[in-house]
Amino acid sequence: MKMKPTRDGYGEGLLELGRTNPDVVVLDADLAKSTRTEWFMKQYPERFFDMGIAEQDMLGTAAGLALGGKIPFVTTYGVFVAGRAWDQIRTTVAYAGLNVKIGGAHGGISVGPDGATHQALEEIALMRVLPGMTLIIPADAVEAKKATIAAAGINGPCYLRFAREATPVFTREEDPFVIGKANTLREGSDVTIIACGPILYEALLAGERLQEKGIEARVINMHTVKPLDEEAILKAASETGAIVTAEEHQIMGGLGGAVAEVLVKHKPVPVEMVGINDTFGESGTPEELAEKYGLRARDIMQAAERVLGRKK
Amino acid sequence: MQKTLSIEELKDICRDVRADIVRMTAEAGSGHPGGSLSSVELLVPLYFSVLNHRPSQPDWPERDRFILSKGHVGPVLYSVMARTGYFPVEELLTFRKMGSRLQGHPSMKALPGLESSSGSLGQGLSIANGLALAARLNGRSFRVYCLMGDGELQEGQVWEAAMTAAHYKLDNVCALVDYNNLQIDGKVEDVKNIAPLSAKWQSFNWHVIEIDGHDLSQVLKAYREAKSQKGKPTVIIAHTIKGKGVSFMENAAEWHGKAPNKAELERALQDIYGEEGPR
Ligand SMILES: Cc1ncc(C[n+]2csc(CCOP(=O)(O)OP(=O)(O)O)c2C)c(N)n1
Ligand SMILES: [Mg+2]
Repeated sequence: MKMKPTRDGYGEGLLELGRTNPDVVVLDADLAKSTRTEWFMKQYPERFFDMGIAEQDMLGTAAGLALGGKIPFVTTYGVFVAGRAWDQIRTTVAYAGLNVKIGGAHGGISVGPDGATHQALEEIALMRVLPGMTLIIPADAVEAKKATIAAAGINGPCYLRFAREATPVFTREEDPFVIGKANTLREGSDVTIIACGPILYEALLAGERLQEKGIEARVINMHTVKPLDEEAILKAASETGAIVTAEEHQIMGGLGGAVAEVLVKHKPVPVEMVGINDTFGESGTPEELAEKYGLRARDIMQAAERVLGRKK
Repeated sequence: MQKTLSIEELKDICRDVRADIVRMTAEAGSGHPGGSLSSVELLVPLYFSVLNHRPSQPDWPERDRFILSKGHVGPVLYSVMARTGYFPVEELLTFRKMGSRLQGHPSMKALPGLESSSGSLGQGLSIANGLALAARLNGRSFRVYCLMGDGELQEGQVWEAAMTAAHYKLDNVCALVDYNNLQIDGKVEDVKNIAPLSAKWQSFNWHVIEIDGHDLSQVLKAYREAKSQKGKPTVIIAHTIKGKGVSFMENAAEWHGKAPNKAELERALQDIYGEEGPR
């Protein structure tokens, strides 16, 4: 299995946009190497702005660039952009509906030894709550590139979440990517696993292991958390009667919460949620942390078995 | 109170702290040696000669406070804390490992003696001001020190805090700027220039002391001068070399956040101790 971090897909997507769309500009806050905007900077230096360690200033500057007709991609680690510059994103960008794209790198606990301060676990909640915000969490590097290019094609604010670690590349070039339209990766009729981001690979592994036990699990790639593909969720609820969500993020306010909001309104079925359970992370290797915080295929599988036990 | 150490003794401790920094990051396989090494001569005299503190009683209410604003340089702080007796020196090698009290970026809930949790740049000076105001309100005479990076000064909050400290005449606050002229993406002057720095702080109504941040006698003198200032906060602008003391890390942006491998560690220890090795 080829391994590649989703942040690489972002870097490649920006390069392609640099070539095809002269209005695309890129801003970073002293992290150009690790966010991969450095690739764009080297090709298109006149369309790249290093804002220094000044995330709030970066968002405001991007707002101005958008007002001037540019398509800015602002980029830094998720904690510093979604957290530090949240008010600027809310009031200056989202309230005005400005065409600013936000690349949040190093999402999730898999950031590893840097520890809790650098492990963004709240961006889904923080961005999902903003009216008009589009929120995309690509599952692998191939999808990350498509998502980056697609983000430039819509008008309005958009947050893209990327991860640091190299993770399996399991989607294909030819797979469709439409913002707001979930992809079904595996068919099944007993239970549905809905996930976003690189943890989807664990969800697929869980699907295989469940099959060995005679359980047919559907696996849905919910790459767009906002606008959420309610149709896919409700169809899965009707056809399989039980849902598991999986994300490398706080369960509260995250994908699990978003899916549950849809289900309680229209089709209440039992739900189990895999994710970070109301705690901060810590230093450790990505593997140790996934193990300790319950983000493995095994954890998703156990959640599926639990939810099946609750299914009427 | 602290016993008085000679400059020679402090120099020896600085060498040990440098060795700790490269050992810790090498053992962890990640971490930030560059900005840790540039701050050694600021923190060693602070912890060994200046701070009024009791390492065996980290919650002593009268203690002077040190706020590490540039949280990525945990290695230098952990090292001086261990070597002043906050915890065993052996524990340094657990840095960044699962279950360690020495988190990749400092967590005050994990380790007694840390006065704040940090890792998101630009926030420390505000915390220092709050502590200084609390000292005033509670009639306590402790001082508050805060270490920032030069790239970190690009954060707007630093200047909001600079205004606060001057407005409230917090002469019990002493800010330290590690002016190594490097951040991650390159030279500070190329990424986003912060100069003229002295004039900036002066215009914000601070008492400014500019020194060679690797000259221990200048550093000690600056701490004394800061302490005697009345009615104004003091900033010590310390001109330093990122990666100082390890030849191949000096003035090299790529050593901001990269760990030495085994061979590099050996070379680094040679640079630090010379042929004769540790004391
Ligand atoms: C708010 C915030 N933005 C970005 C970062 C990522 N980051 C960590 S260290 C660093 C560079 C710091 O440069 P400087 O302040 O000059 O520190 P030093 O040279 O002393 O290491 C950056 C951008 C961060 N930790 N916090
Ligand atoms: Mg610096």
